[in-house]
Amino acid sequence: MKPPPFDYHAPVSVAEAVEVLAEAGAHGKVLAGGQSLIPMLNMRLAAPAHLVDINRVAGLGEISAGPDGVRVGALARHSQVERSPDACGTLPLLRQALKLVAHPVIRNRGTVVGSLVHADPSAELPAVLALLGGSVRLASRGGEREVAAADFFTGPLESATRPGELAVSAFFPAWPGGTAFVEVARRHGDFAMAGVAAAVRLDDDLRVAEARVACISVGPAPVVVDLTAACGNRPVASMDWRAVVSAVQERIEPEADIHATAEYRRHLTGVLVERAVRAAADA
Amino acid sequence: MHDITLVVNGVPREVRVPARRLLSDCLRHDLGLTGTHVGCEHGVCGACTVLLDGEPIRSCLTFAVTVSGREITTVEGLGADGPSPVQRAFAECHGLQCGFCTPGFLCTTTAFLRDNPAPTDEEVLEGISGNLCRCTGYQNIIKSVHRAAELLAEESS
Amino acid sequence: MTTKLFGEPVRRREDARLIAGQGRYLDDLGQHALAAAFVRSPHAHARITGINVDAALEVDGLVAIYTWEDLPPGVAEPLPLLIPHPALTHGRTAYPLARDIVRHVGEPIVMVVAVDRYVAEDVCDLIEVSYEFLKPVVGVEAAVSGAHLVHEDVPDNIGAHLVQEVAAKDGRSAAEAIAAAPHTLSFRLDIERSACMPLEGKGVYARWDADDQSLRVYSSTQTSTSVRMALAAKLGIPLPKVEVIAPDVGGGFGVKIVHPWPEEVLVPWAARLLNRELKWTEDRREHFISSAHERAQVQHVKVGFDDEGRVLGLSVEILHDHGAYTPYGIIVPIITSTQLLGPYKIGAYRVEFSSVYTNTVQVTPYRGAGRPQGVFCMERTMDKIAAFLGKDRTDVRAANFIQPDEFPYDQGMIFQDGRPLIYDSGDYPESLRKLKELIGWDEFPALQEVARAEGRRIGIGIGCYVEGTGVGPYEGGHVQITSDGRVHVSTGLTSQGQGHETVFAQIAATELGVPIERVSVVTGDTRRFGYAVGTFASRAAVMSGNAIALACRKVREKALRVAADALEADPRDLEITDGMVHVVGSPSAAIPLATVAVLSNPLRYAFDEEAKRATQFAGSADMNRPPVAEGEEPGLEGKDYYSPIRSTFASGMHAAIVETDPDTAEIRILRYAVVHDCGKMINPMLVEGQIHGGVAQGVGGALYEKMAYDDHGQLLNASFMDFLMPYATEIPRIETDHLETPSPLNPLGIKGAGEAGVIPVASVIAGAIENAEGFPIDRMPISPSELHELRVRPA
Repeated sequence: MKPPPFDYHAPVSVAEAVEVLAEAGAHGKVLAGGQSLIPMLNMRLAAPAHLVDINRVAGLGEISAGPDGVRVGALARHSQVERSPDACGTLPLLRQALKLVAHPVIRNRGTVVGSLVHADPSAELPAVLALLGGSVRLASRGGEREVAAADFFTGPLESATRPGELAVSAFFPAWPGGTAFVEVARRHGDFAMAGVAAAVRLDDDLRVAEARVACISVGPAPVVVDLTAACGNRPVASMDWRAVVSAVQERIEPEADIHATAEYRRHLTGVLVERAVRAAADA
Repeated sequence: MHDITLVVNGVPREVRVPARRLLSDCLRHDLGLTGTHVGCEHGVCGACTVLLDGEPIRSCLTFAVTVSGREITTVEGLGADGPSPVQRAFAECHGLQCGFCTPGFLCTTTAFLRDNPAPTDEEVLEGISGNLCRCTGYQNIIKSVHRAAELLAEESS
Repeated sequence: MTTKLFGEPVRRREDARLIAGQGRYLDDLGQHALAAAFVRSPHAHARITGINVDAALEVDGLVAIYTWEDLPPGVAEPLPLLIPHPALTHGRTAYPLARDIVRHVGEPIVMVVAVDRYVAEDVCDLIEVSYEFLKPVVGVEAAVSGAHLVHEDVPDNIGAHLVQEVAAKDGRSAAEAIAAAPHTLSFRLDIERSACMPLEGKGVYARWDADDQSLRVYSSTQTSTSVRMALAAKLGIPLPKVEVIAPDVGGGFGVKIVHPWPEEVLVPWAARLLNRELKWTEDRREHFISSAHERAQVQHVKVGFDDEGRVLGLSVEILHDHGAYTPYGIIVPIITSTQLLGPYKIGAYRVEFSSVYTNTVQVTPYRGAGRPQGVFCMERTMDKIAAFLGKDRTDVRAANFIQPDEFPYDQGMIFQDGRPLIYDSGDYPESLRKLKELIGWDEFPALQEVARAEGRRIGIGIGCYVEGTGVGPYEGGHVQITSDGRVHVSTGLTSQGQGHETVFAQIAATELGVPIERVSVVTGDTRRFGYAVGTFASRAAVMSGNAIALACRKVREKALRVAADALEADPRDLEITDGMVHVVGSPSAAIPLATVAVLSNPLRYAFDEEAKRATQFAGSADMNRPPVAEGEEPGLEGKDYYSPIRSTFASGMHAAIVETDPDTAEIRILRYAVVHDCGKMINPMLVEGQIHGGVAQGVGGALYEKMAYDDHGQLLNASFMDFLMPYATEIPRIETDHLETPSPLNPLGIKGAGEAGVIPVASVIAGAIENAEGFPIDRMPISPSELHELRVRPA
């Protein structure tokens, strides 16, 4: 289990990085935290001819929080975001989700933007970005473009990032209500068999004014469902949970694997939707 | 090939490596520091955990070239004169059996207790949750972490 | 024996180097050796039609490529079938490199030697093997249908078939006893595959010394002596020219007792051929697909019992999946069949097993070695009887216990060592009493009621086992006291983290009356001790512990004789305390063991001050006797062997309380309690450590770990991402209590402790989940998804 050979590039600026990536085209791969990429290299499941290590690129480590939301640079590690009072103050969902990402040591190295680009349908951060309607900023030789989450996650381990593009940051919009992230994994820290991120806004009478969930491990990409209608503008205590759950269950497409049947994932997602919405409403 | 410098346990070490050289292999085979162990090479077991500028990371999921110029602490560097309090606690509490996973636990615990000197049971569990041990059943490892916290507190008082 | 260390929680002497990163594991050695890697079959069953290495030859750093065709006689033969048995009528083992046919994913086909492992893997990637596909056989039931064959010449894929039957006292067979019983039950049980999964994989490092024509091999093995003999035979090298050393080994749990592995033969062979140091370090993927697994069985059970729950007749049919090859014989199903009986005396017993080939990784012992399956069968049976009769589960067990005054108790069967299954000692009612107290068995129903009222589901389970430990044939110990007063102990069996250096030093220090700091222990190094069997079956402490004690007693006796001469005293009046031989009650008339060692070796040459005292003109010798008396040997050393008439039987009982989530079906262990009896404990701290580790592996086997093969024979979870070994977050705190019922079979009164922890866990957890959920749990491990399925299936 040793990585195959590759040409190594260590650009120090975004301009230089996108130049190298443009040259490499489809044979280029970006290395940021490497916590998903390097296992694949060690198992020789991936063999890019060019590896573009962006760890020396200046200016990509920033985490900036404002009233609109949080922008996370491509080199911001999970643990840095998790410990950032500004980022998590603006958006508690970031910390709620990051605590569920693998284990602390992996979070020390893995990056938030890397996780988004990796686009694992079982991963937490794509669900957060999708739930909040965030976006990813992609740089290339031709300039920059901002891709909305809805367009970014195109399939399992597939994102809208094109050859020659570098994801330089992601933007997570603020949410004016409560949030929660609940999941069930086989072991603590494993990819979840099912998980639900919820964002709920209550009106002044504590009725649900707006509710959304994003579900993981039950489709090719995070499945976002707007539950505002299903919640029927009721208080949480008198919600028709059956309606809420079935609104989600009819949207998801779980598949079986060695850890769980499709039916169990569907059931579990239902359980977690209720738990997540309740927790988000309480938050 | 790349000429890199790693500051390992306080000592700058120059080494020539191919880009694909994993940090774990570089430490073990290029620098002869075999205390860092390799148990899975896909980042799950934690035996290869070392400190990068003080933060625990998986050396099997890091290329040596990426961390050129940075400070690495391995199990060999945890104790200054003799074993550190964390190392002593593991021996005292029978926190190891075959010893293969131990260097990873020691590095992880060292950083964990620096950031959280008086952890609860639950925090200890979370702190060591990314390291596999096949021998001890973890109970004595958890005990060791608490004991290390005590020893560190005694030392600093 | 005033230096009392036996029985004390002495801190481990191994730890100083291991916590400092100064251990020496296999891959830490031979930093300049060449590296080996293997092309392994990606298919479960196929005929090799061609191997093309053309592209690979261009790789810079390549040293050699070998296929089966390149192997000389001896090396080219199939690997040995280590434990033949008359019932194993169709034993088959693999070639070190596949010849014509591959029978599981991971079987080695081509060996590559290169400057380092990176390059060796590059070469492997460029070697093209072409295949003609054969039908894979996966799962025991598919196997015995005989539709497709793993080995063309093994009908119905049945490698072995064995029936053992013990009639009831009245002469009735099991079938008759069951038919005549007031109540009967029959059911099916399933246990899935798991594996030892030590954190260090296997590895071999070989150095050929062309000048000396000798071979030194380091292997991460559980038996260096036997690897040595196998290598000498396979490579045609005289035995004295081969040395095998087990360095620090990062866990074994059974998988490393199998030998010689293909790589264990090929690496030394190629090292000699190339006259270069060569090393192979197994990576995790290789360990998953090319070492060994265990556990998988299907059991069909019929039981007849009376109103008290006493078993009158028990009949068990076992389908045992042994994978593609049988290098370790049928030890696992034999142990299942015999140890199934546990602490119980049952009326009549019939057990029949078929050990079956499938196109999967071979099955060889993993900690517990067939016992977890046997205990699962018996303990599920006990729970089912209790449920049927509406009785407390512990009452049904107690009704069947062998009583303390019934030892030695003959179960009437033949055990894995080929000897009668006779339990030496034990106290099962007392164990049960302690366990019920520890877990709060009698108070649990009230707790369960309270929980139920809160909408929570909790359940309690129990499991009992008896473990034959310390199997023969023998182990030896060598003890030498040198003229510096140091005590050098060696034994041939190997260590994988058990703490042998500590417990054997405790024994030696206690027997010899010396400070433990002066004792050093070496295991698994054939340069120091050539005769041994190996470390398995919870035997090291029993076998080598007793051998070392016996060797120490010989040395002690000699030391007293030599000292008696010097002190002009009667040896019967002497004792050794703190390394000094002295007259009992008169500490001033004393002589250090160091001096005794000098005196024991008459010298011509004085190489240091101490040695002067033993030279010919020192004036101390009796001129009327030869310098070395008849029947004596120079030096203060002794060697002895311990060879028991049969195994000694440890026992224990576990109980657990679990909670199952009514919605998500997650399963959490709230409490786990163990009562354990391994006879006299040498070091209770280490015994507890063994129990903790065993229970953790048991929890893995109950709730997390399973080798998932698809119908094509592909292992779907050959990584730590998907083969779910528990982290700290998955393991409960383990509460322990001990009983010490000494074994009458050995001088130290000890029994083995290594495997105990793992044995009953799956049955305990199954019982607890059953108690929480109210429906039977007959298949382990169980995941939340599977529990959910059981909940929603139509009744």
